[in-house]
Amino acid sequence: MAEQGDPPAFDDLEARLRAARAREDEQAGRGPSARTPTTGLGLGMRLAVEVVVGVGVGAGLGYGLDRWLGSRPWLMVLFLFLGGAAGVMNAYRAAKGLDDTVGLGAARQRQSEQNEKNN
Amino acid sequence: MAHNPIEQFQITPIVDLKIAGVNVSFTNSSAMMVLAVVLITAFLTLSVRSRALVPGRWQSMAEVFYEFIANMLRDNVGAEGRRYFPFIFTLFMFVLFGNVLGLIPGGFAFTSHVIVTFGMAAVVFTGVTIIGFYRHGLHFLRMFFPEGAPLATAVILVPIELISYFSRPFSLAVRLFANMTVGHIILAVMGGFVVSLGTFYVLPGIVPFAFLGAVTVLEVGIALLQAYVFTILSCIYLHDAIHMH
Repeated sequence: MAEQGDPPAFDDLEARLRAARAREDEQAGRGPSARTPTTGLGLGMRLAVEVVVGVGVGAGLGYGLDRWLGSRPWLMVLFLFLGGAAGVMNAYRAAKGLDDTVGLGAARQRQSEQNEKNN
Repeated sequence: MAHNPIEQFQITPIVDLKIAGVNVSFTNSSAMMVLAVVLITAFLTLSVRSRALVPGRWQSMAEVFYEFIANMLRDNVGAEGRRYFPFIFTLFMFVLFGNVLGLIPGGFAFTSHVIVTFGMAAVVFTGVTIIGFYRHGLHFLRMFFPEGAPLATAVILVPIELISYFSRPFSLAVRLFANMTVGHIILAVMGGFVVSLGTFYVLPGIVPFAFLGAVTVLEVGIALLQAYVFTILSCIYLHDAIHMH
């Protein structure tokens, strides 16, 4: 039969597949992808949620710290502003299409690396 | 005609239970959760029962879900993420079935209650934080200060990054909950238009009915998309805890 030589070739294919997959893991398997751009409605909703949640969490943290340290109301005032900054930062990241990892600087760096790779 | 678009989110107890003064009644929401878990278990076990090398219809459906999440985990977390596959897969299937079952008429979307989504988001958040500290120890805290920034800016940068970190479970929970709630309210309001306009004349009733059809399709898309978003964000948070930059 003509197919006598095929089984070894098949084994070879398996090995090559594994090698290719390993290579793919090296290249693409690292790093969080920025999420796919959603619809206008989705993005708008996300920005609104980010800003509100940032301010809310900041105020909540400040309130908790105030109760703990007895420094009412100063920490709450401070954290309200910091929370606003965090909310705006998160909204900025969402609008710019950066990924959702911790650290604005790292996310921007990753995006510019990504862009260079694509160009 | 009393038609309340948020009546559909009403929690009604099916079996009244009280343990040590805490209300633990089995509600319609719990019933839908149990139904979701039963359906997922039945779907995944029955479909792969034949263990065919060439999958049949049901088995390929189960394999599509498996591969989708496995690839998502590999792309976003890397090879080490495979250990957390069972959790991520369970999370995805639970949210997905919750969203989709809620769209079936007479169903109840348990993901439209913020306490449910916040419960799941809080589990993800605490789990990821524990994994981060377990793998990196106190070094994990370095993540909150960007490398190369002047040290004096730490006073303002670290609290901002910290608040941004703490806001994760909230934004995760609110995003899923808000999308589901808004979708169901739109459906209910549109449904009300169809009934109230269609009673007078047939023709004006057709317009909101057509719109309702389009919105239903959109809502199915949103149900799938939000389950995806919830899961991929969990993956990205996991990535942060495993690989620190």
